[in-house]
Amino acid sequence: MTQFLALLLRNRLAAAGGIVLLVVVVLAVLTPVLPLANPDATDTANRFQPALSRAHLLGTDHLGRDLLSRLLWGTRLSLAVGFAAAIFAATLGAAIGIIAGYFGGRTDNLIMRGVDMLMAFPYILLALAIVAALGPGLGNALIAVAAVNIPFFARNIRGVTVGLAHKEFVDAARLSGLGHGRIILTEILPNVVPVIVIAMSTTIGWMILETAGLSFLGLGSQPPQADLGSMLGEARSALITNPLTSIVPGAMILVIVMGINLLGDGVRDALDPRLRSGALTRPMPATRVDRPTPPPAETEEGGAVLALSDLQTQFHVKKRVYKAVGGASLAVRPGECLGIIGESGSGKSVTALSVMGLVASPPGVITAGAARYDGQDLIGARYETLRRLRGDRIAYIFQDPLATLHPLYKVGDQLVEAIRCHRTVSKAEAWQRAIDLLKQVRIPNAESRASSFPHEMSGGMRQRVGIAMAMANDPDVIIADEPTTALDVTVQAQILSLLNDLRRERGLAIVFITHDFGVVGQLCDRIAVMYAGRIVEQGPTEAILTTPAHPYTRRLIACVPELGEGRRKLEAIPGLPPAVDRLDPGCAFAPRCEKARAACLTGEIALAGSGQRAVRCLFPETEIPSEQSA
Amino acid sequence: MSDVLKLERLSKSFPVGKRLFGAPKGVVHAVRPVDLVVQQGETLGIVGESGCGKSTLARMLVGLLPATTGRIEINGEPLNTADPAAFGRKIQYVFQDPISSLNPRKTIRQVMEAPLKRLHRMDSAARARRIAEIFASVNLREDFLDRYPHEFSGGQAQRIGIARALAAEAKILILDEPVSALDVSVQAQVLNLLGDLKSRLDLTYLFISHDLAVVEAVSDRVAVLYFGSVVEIGPAEDIFRAPRHPYTRLLAQSAPVVGRPLRAPEGRETELPDPLNPPTGCAFRARCPRATEQCAAVAPDLTAGADTDHRVACFHPL
Repeated sequence: MTQFLALLLRNRLAAAGGIVLLVVVVLAVLTPVLPLANPDATDTANRFQPALSRAHLLGTDHLGRDLLSRLLWGTRLSLAVGFAAAIFAATLGAAIGIIAGYFGGRTDNLIMRGVDMLMAFPYILLALAIVAALGPGLGNALIAVAAVNIPFFARNIRGVTVGLAHKEFVDAARLSGLGHGRIILTEILPNVVPVIVIAMSTTIGWMILETAGLSFLGLGSQPPQADLGSMLGEARSALITNPLTSIVPGAMILVIVMGINLLGDGVRDALDPRLRSGALTRPMPATRVDRPTPPPAETEEGGAVLALSDLQTQFHVKKRVYKAVGGASLAVRPGECLGIIGESGSGKSVTALSVMGLVASPPGVITAGAARYDGQDLIGARYETLRRLRGDRIAYIFQDPLATLHPLYKVGDQLVEAIRCHRTVSKAEAWQRAIDLLKQVRIPNAESRASSFPHEMSGGMRQRVGIAMAMANDPDVIIADEPTTALDVTVQAQILSLLNDLRRERGLAIVFITHDFGVVGQLCDRIAVMYAGRIVEQGPTEAILTTPAHPYTRRLIACVPELGEGRRKLEAIPGLPPAVDRLDPGCAFAPRCEKARAACLTGEIALAGSGQRAVRCLFPETEIPSEQSA
Repeated sequence: MSDVLKLERLSKSFPVGKRLFGAPKGVVHAVRPVDLVVQQGETLGIVGESGCGKSTLARMLVGLLPATTGRIEINGEPLNTADPAAFGRKIQYVFQDPISSLNPRKTIRQVMEAPLKRLHRMDSAARARRIAEIFASVNLREDFLDRYPHEFSGGQAQRIGIARALAAEAKILILDEPVSALDVSVQAQVLNLLGDLKSRLDLTYLFISHDLAVVEAVSDRVAVLYFGSVVEIGPAEDIFRAPRHPYTRLLAQSAPVVGRPLRAPEGRETELPDPLNPPTGCAFRARCPRATEQCAAVAPDLTAGADTDHRVACFHPL
């Protein structure tokens, strides 16, 4: 709750709206005890008194009634009716929406078609019809306004409920013996309440306006009772001669609705978890770079096409600093496949995304190190430079091809776009090239498949399109981030062999990110193992898999069940990886390591080794002669 | 050993393109008639790729989906969800995604209490005792009880999910990909925990996974599902050592194994058949190197070879 208030108040407009609204509400609540004239006492001798006249601070109306008093009493009434209508509409609308969304099928169909019919009437016509049927009066206007707004709530809440009703926790509740009523009340409703609050906060203003509208037409509050709408209606005849009587209630409506809307937007933003985490702040086109230390000098690593040295990427979320990547040095040569392996949260994906400045900023910041493509440092490079290289020289393949392909464009058009972004070729030429690419990734009937939409293809086919897109401009480096994790094993085997052929045929350098030792073992020449944002071991695949030097690597390999070993107890690593915002000095793996000693918990442990192999451990499983530090 | 779970010609089809009135436009057979028997105390592994119907099958077993045809018997009695409390005490389900199977707005205590309250009608003192007991058995600390699901890692959340299933005291657990959302180091923790619980509490598991190595490591018997049908079933050690269905062999060869050279195990059309327009005969024939005319004409039944435990639905088994 305090967090919610803090978020709400950080939004200055919302805070201002809230304060204005608070003042209005306090005034409205205090109206009966304020020393005000009787709002209904007529005094035709003193009609149309100007503002600031004696005894009438805001002047009088056409019957000589005190405008200030009428304004406050009217505001009180309008607010009360608006809130009551909103609560009424929200309760009924939410109930209808939840029932339709939860039961689905025919119930849903019938209820929602009814709601659709209600929505098909112009709202003012519907409200007029309801009031005409029930007769004028504020109570009936309230019913009309609430009824007109029920469909809005019903549709909103139904949409949310449909999503929730198929969640696994609802199934789990069912299996725990809960009936429909209890599931709706204890499982669905608590998850829907924020949406109801958001919908209410954005519609109360609208309902106050609608009530005022009905009163303005003479269908709401009846004379002499004042509400803002009827005050406006009565002032209409003197609009030109005595505009004050119209301006006063008009300005109050403006202030209230404006205040509610600003506050409502703020409430929505503060309640929405996506917006709370900063999704509303527009991400920058490239990751923010803030390197207090100059980038490390270029090391002569025999012809590496892409070399990272001591790359550090952090996430700054409020006061916390998550060291997602705490100094990664890697190099990949043409035709080589480098595997980066680690568990979730180890920083492997962030390392890869940092290269081209693709880590979302905020909250991501690259704080140190360099990423050199052909000797040119990409960290801190101008956006134009990065944009030219992205997808042209260095391309990415992502995990979920359904999320990376645009659902509304044909895959061929998306390939054409990727090509024409970097080359000036005619559309026809690009289309031909797109078909060639699809053939290269072994998509059958490439000509007709180019005209398919992503949803018409299977997961394996979509990932082939993803690879084709990465290959579109003949890049030098492909960074593949778990490209086969979402795929079935039979399809995975095909994608892996395709990538393998491509790099052999074209001398492509591949950085392959995965959590699967079986996959790296088959595809990669070298491996870097990451743990808690740092590389803990690297070297040739064969050597690491047969004689792992870091205890983490050894035990992680032991955890992987391999086919053909029969029924058995599996190795496990007790404990959990550390949170990267509270890293203790020393080895991050020490708390889970059975070989850890006191020395492991102090100071910086260097990645040490010779030649290709290096390990960040004081007591490695196999000794690596440490003549040079990597 | 007695049969605790028995499926007879169980199938599920979903209408596609529903209309308000009248017949739907098409029908997808997610599960074709399946016969299976699970015996007391065993772990039956079910493997298959996405879309093979393994989750649909599992959801029918716990009454979350009504079957289209066939029958399910639990402990010799037909499946009956009329009394949710009685049913929940017989069979429980552990979900694939540990986080989304917990209501984000309930504390773990509320989650744990639901089955105790609804299925066993325990009073609050008895509930507290029982929760402490269960949490000890799945290695969770009791101070987790007053936290919300988002505060847990995947492995912890999955142990909470298992704890909830245990709270029902059902003897049969359906485990639907219980470790596929977890990292390998944590995956092993959960699998070992499941193994311990099974022997300690005398449970029966139906273990569904797409990961052959995991299934092999935990199962007594394995059933391989393809396009809604069981194509092969037999003892775990035989199935992968000496697969008899060409699809099982393809699966086994596709699993990445360290040190085995990389090659695509099939070059031909690799798509699953279109479920709206299923092929005649054997569903695997388009991908099968041994397919003949006979395979196109008739769908093969599960038949036993020399060894009655190991059955395969193929005219030309390996």
